[in-house]
Amino acid sequence: MTPGVLEDVRVLEIGQGISSCFCGKLFADMGAEVIKVEPPDAGDELRAHGPFPGDVPHPERSGLFLYLNTSKLGVTLDVTGPTGRGIFRKLLDSADVLVENHAPGTLASWGLDIPALLDAFPRLVVTSVTPYGQSGPWRDYRGYDINVSALSGVAAGIGSPDREPLALPLAQTEYQGAIAGAVATLFALFARDMTGRGQHVDVSSADVIATMHVAHSKLPPVLYRGARHARTGHRDPEMPYPQTTLPCKDGYMCLGAPQIQQWARFTEAIGNPDWVQNPRYRKRRAMAQEYPDEVDALLAPWLMARTKEEIFALCREHHVPFAPIRTMDEVASDPHLAERGFFVAADHPAAGPLTYPGAPFRLSAAGWAIRRPAPLHGEHNEEVYCKRLGYSRDDLCALRRAEVV
Amino acid sequence: MSDDTTRPGNDASVLPLRGYRVLDFGWAVAAPTVGLALADMGAEVLRVESRGRLDGLRLGESMARQASIVNDPSPDIEMEMHPLFHIVNRAKLGITVNIRKPEGVVLVRQMARLCDVVIENFSPGVLDRVGLGYRDLRRERPDVIMLSMSSMGQSGPLRDVTTYAPTIASLVGLHGLIGYPDRLLGMAAGGFADANAGLMGVFAVLASLRHRQRTGQGQYIDMSQGEATAVLMGEALMDNAMNKRVQRPVGNARPGMAPYGVYPCKGDDQWVSIAVKTQAEWEALCRAVGNPEWTREDTFADAYSRKRNSDALDKRLAEWTRQHTPEEATERLQSHGVAAAPVLDIGQVYRHPQFQARQAFVHIEHPYIGKEAMYGTVWRLSGTPGGVFRRAPFLGEHNSYAFGELLGLPQDSLERLQADQAIS
Repeated sequence: MTPGVLEDVRVLEIGQGISSCFCGKLFADMGAEVIKVEPPDAGDELRAHGPFPGDVPHPERSGLFLYLNTSKLGVTLDVTGPTGRGIFRKLLDSADVLVENHAPGTLASWGLDIPALLDAFPRLVVTSVTPYGQSGPWRDYRGYDINVSALSGVAAGIGSPDREPLALPLAQTEYQGAIAGAVATLFALFARDMTGRGQHVDVSSADVIATMHVAHSKLPPVLYRGARHARTGHRDPEMPYPQTTLPCKDGYMCLGAPQIQQWARFTEAIGNPDWVQNPRYRKRRAMAQEYPDEVDALLAPWLMARTKEEIFALCREHHVPFAPIRTMDEVASDPHLAERGFFVAADHPAAGPLTYPGAPFRLSAAGWAIRRPAPLHGEHNEEVYCKRLGYSRDDLCALRRAEVV
Repeated sequence: MSDDTTRPGNDASVLPLRGYRVLDFGWAVAAPTVGLALADMGAEVLRVESRGRLDGLRLGESMARQASIVNDPSPDIEMEMHPLFHIVNRAKLGITVNIRKPEGVVLVRQMARLCDVVIENFSPGVLDRVGLGYRDLRRERPDVIMLSMSSMGQSGPLRDVTTYAPTIASLVGLHGLIGYPDRLLGMAAGGFADANAGLMGVFAVLASLRHRQRTGQGQYIDMSQGEATAVLMGEALMDNAMNKRVQRPVGNARPGMAPYGVYPCKGDDQWVSIAVKTQAEWEALCRAVGNPEWTREDTFADAYSRKRNSDALDKRLAEWTRQHTPEEATERLQSHGVAAAPVLDIGQVYRHPQFQARQAFVHIEHPYIGKEAMYGTVWRLSGTPGGVFRRAPFLGEHNSYAFGELLGLPQDSLERLQADQAIS
């Protein structure tokens, strides 16, 4: 197995859904040993999520589960009962990190109160990723991605002005919470070097989105210029024209030219049409805020006569930062990503060989890799419970019959 | 603050990265966000700037002009008045070096010997060409950790493409999923790719530092913002890999959940988000809205039927939400155990009791524009919370410290380097 930069870190992951899975995956693909603990019955809810090959559901063939659980070992365990809880504590004994994403208080209700765990396992880092965090008036409120998107301010800025606000696609708030959780866990491990102790890492997805994704650029204009934070459809009128998505022959282009030279190069590249000389179309702020439809209409004939890739190639030649709105098949077959080796093939005992998105970054030494496919439900029960914890096969069968594992 | 902060062992003075030093060449948002997180948690981060090539965030008329205590600021003062620059560069020290001058290159090499981490997001090849690429810096410090963040990576046909955050989101499929079933919008709010790359970059740097602790090995990290964003598209990419399906915008819909979305409320452009997954949550919602007849129809009896009839369900639910403000609807639903939250704009987020309780925002005094709001540490560590809330540096503010004290250059050398525009 390829060595990894985090190969000395041992993580226990217990959770449901994207945020705990992605946090654990970030560690696992970097070489940490991540043991994913799933309930004995249906397992992680993502096993039922899909997508499925041929749209035929199967708990070992869910695309999102397969992707988010690469490189992990998998065991089943019911930690809500006394026996399971005892086994869980044995697992904690040799863990550096516990990653969990249950509603605050849930672990305590299972007899796994976090402050008590930190006392019993002084070097343990417990990382909790939740929608709103472990504190504050919203601590006990429920939340899914749409709610976090609403509360954090991101939805207020996406969508058509005359229709409902939109969240980012594919539950992005869960991923951002997961990454922040992974980062904060590493900070906690550095702190442990100094203090000898672990601690509780408390990450709220709403905090991450509200601050790093929205406030950092949207709050200052509100505070200083009295700007309205609002949704503006397919364009952003705060930027000089263009900052907009427009149709072309075979799809859509994202047009943006933050610097005036970029816009000048574009108008040159399209042959300096007459309208470019009109003073009305040289005032980029007015174009963006007062008559963008007009300018969109002027660009339309040129755009509609050309494909995304033709326009993109021309723009690259002229150093104009327009980009095609790529569809998933185009991303999957992008020659650039192919040359970068971004997509990675891996075989899975139930799902077969598949292509997965790969590394979020490239390391020169001891790098990222899919070290094993996503675990089958309980695949490593024998290895972990028998070989490591010393349970006999008899024990394992008894635990199974009792639905502890 | 969480109760955990009162436990024995909470030590605000222990900064997890104290003793580490970072050379931060990043400009704009994505790369400087990496340096920011490291600085917040105690690293000494030297933000490298150059008078001849100022960060775009320092340029132009400041939006904070009217908050300024300086009337009619000179350009030198105005460049210090930009909130966006202050946010991503707080807690850092500021130095100026002109890497177009050979003497500037020498200075950076000397500085690199004293630094654990170097962060940059120049166009691929720029630092190599002036002799400050990884190979060069590794000669100075064999175990250096260098993060090169770029739009699409240090290699490949799109290596040199000009981009900024929206371009990246378009190229890797994120923008193509934003819109309604009948209308693609392709426009996200703010620079999503920037903050994402920032967080991923910190993870890569911290992991590399731990690896170096164990093995003595350095690291070169080639980070493509495009790839860091593409890994978030896994759900749709797997659908394409398995089924050749090309996912399109679906509004707010998510598989397996109904009701799930944003519903209109009383008042102008007021909305509440509501999400129901389990049968228990559905029954709670029925109670919360007063158990009207329609909730007992077979059409909505179980999760499968609710999803199949989600349009009709949304219409019914909207009839209820329209009678309430987002806050009323939220309170009623949450008190019954249903996930609901108002759609807030960023001004409302800033004033909201939850974000205030979480200390999501802090205020840092700036000599020219007074108290500035910016985000605090995004994570809450119960034992060593971190958080170095010192203002962003003035241009070259810490040159004497960096070149005089750290490098030990005598005063006359500093003056000569300044006159020769190497320190500039």
